[in-house]
Amino acid sequence: MTIHDTSYAAVMARKNEIMKQSLGIDYDDYVQSPIAFDYERMMAETGYTMDDIRRIQRETKVGDTPLFELHNLTAAVRRISEPGKGATILLKDEAANASGSFKARRAAISAYQALIKGYRGMIAATSGNYGAAVASQAAQRGLKSIIVQEVFDSRGVGQPEIVEKGRKCEAYGAEVIKLSVGPELFYMLLRTLEETGFFNASLYTPFGIRGVESLGYEVAEQVRTRYGKDPDAVVITHAGGGNLTGTARGLLQAGCTRTRVVACSVDLSGLHMASDRDFNRKSFTTGHTGFGVPFATWPDRVDVPRNAARSLRYMDEYQLVSQGEVFYITELLTKLEGIERGPAGNISLTAAVTLARQMDEDQIVVVQETEYTGAGKHHNSQLAFAHANGIEVRRGDPVENVPGKAIVIPEHLSQVQGRVQDMDKLRRSYLKNAAERLPVAEWSGNDFEFLAADIKKDVEWVRNQGVA
Amino acid sequence: MTKISTGTWVEIEQIVLTPEERAPSLPPETKASPYVMRVSGFLVEDAELGQATTVRTIIGRELRGMLRVVNPSYSHSFGETVPELLTIGTEAENF
Ligand SMILES: Cc1ncc(COP(=O)(O)O)c(C=O)c1O
Repeated sequence: MTIHDTSYAAVMARKNEIMKQSLGIDYDDYVQSPIAFDYERMMAETGYTMDDIRRIQRETKVGDTPLFELHNLTAAVRRISEPGKGATILLKDEAANASGSFKARRAAISAYQALIKGYRGMIAATSGNYGAAVASQAAQRGLKSIIVQEVFDSRGVGQPEIVEKGRKCEAYGAEVIKLSVGPELFYMLLRTLEETGFFNASLYTPFGIRGVESLGYEVAEQVRTRYGKDPDAVVITHAGGGNLTGTARGLLQAGCTRTRVVACSVDLSGLHMASDRDFNRKSFTTGHTGFGVPFATWPDRVDVPRNAARSLRYMDEYQLVSQGEVFYITELLTKLEGIERGPAGNISLTAAVTLARQMDEDQIVVVQETEYTGAGKHHNSQLAFAHANGIEVRRGDPVENVPGKAIVIPEHLSQVQGRVQDMDKLRRSYLKNAAERLPVAEWSGNDFEFLAADIKKDVEWVRNQGVA
Repeated sequence: MTKISTGTWVEIEQIVLTPEERAPSLPPETKASPYVMRVSGFLVEDAELGQATTVRTIIGRELRGMLRVVNPSYSHSFGETVPELLTIGTEAENF
């Protein structure tokens, strides 16, 4: 056995080599420039059709989740809307997947790929749900799994939701490497991949993202069967962008070309993601702007050379909601609809309430996921923890929310308004990030075309931004 | 000091990177502390709390670290009742 230098710099320098070994994808094959690559060919060359994906997922208790109409919440929204407004709100119950979230769709295809390529195990670095999904899918395929997870701050304290997600990984038989706060999570992932020779079940490979396509496809099928038309809007909780990318691609494959694809994140602006102090001042562990904005404006900041999750390619709108608004809606879902579900899906549900109010009564807005709930992963746990950490919790107007300082829970449904994120600002920010990779003067025609497609605009628009 | 026997389920802690070895450009409050890993496994030798030792993890890997906790458990809960949530969606709030 070769003894490798495990210093931070040495491991990071071996990144490409480790990636090639642990994924079996040679990204150089798709790369066209420091900016552009052949995205569609990379996705196609996973070799799976939609039928393959659905068959593989059925083998391991993934997919075919129910789609519920939220009658009571829809009625409540109509009561506060202008006459004729108040779209029907539908909810796709992704908590029904093995391991309790849509992340099982991603892990299912990675586990299958790891198995057929002869790997003995798989590894993922994740804040949680995905770890549980990997562990659950690995267990069903007879593979070992290791989850590398950021869990505690320098005092050794982890927030209840993160602790619960770690527990769930261990429950399915995974080895969980629990780490203190820091971006060195990626370094640890690389080290562990190198030590074990396991498959890299990164969240951002084409396998993972193709696995989410079945979600969008099912939404299209279910809405058409029951309502005889396409959904008007699909709201998607957004962090790293895989949820949105996969769902939107699935909708397009089903022919839903007019459906509005709406991203939604919890607004945590002002809190630093690599900060030991801010770590436990957030009451959401995913689906927030701390991931959503940087990943939208530069997807390739991930643990693979090119990210298959490219949210701005598919996003039509981006809604922001406050922590207090989501907690309010979570409680309302429980009391009005008789189901308890975990935090992430309720983020997009909150935005759906705002959208439904603006949409016509005969329109349909789909919340495309729920996730499981339980001790730790529950709005009461998170609020009690926030309170114990000196964060003010009160009822009032949610515009008074201050991330990390005050959580203001609305007093009435009509106060749930969210806020619109400026998409063009995000797109310009993406172009600036691209310009840091390759000076604008060196952008080729192909680079312009790639960038335009990657932000859902035309080349003309890209040229007119002043960046280019 | 009591000896913890071979085969006991424990948690070990290992300093992966000291503050000086950590990634560049970290916020100062993060950079101040070492990068620490904790992992659970079965002791492969008798050991004492606080002592360097080796565990075999649930998937059979051997890892070294300082013995931190015997029989590590989870005690996270639903938290103390948050009164601000209680009346949401009830008659008291016009639903
Ligand atoms: C349940 C759930 N919903 C939504 C998301 C957001 O997905 P993505 O990171 O692909 O944007 C996550 C990811 O962390 C999640 O676990």
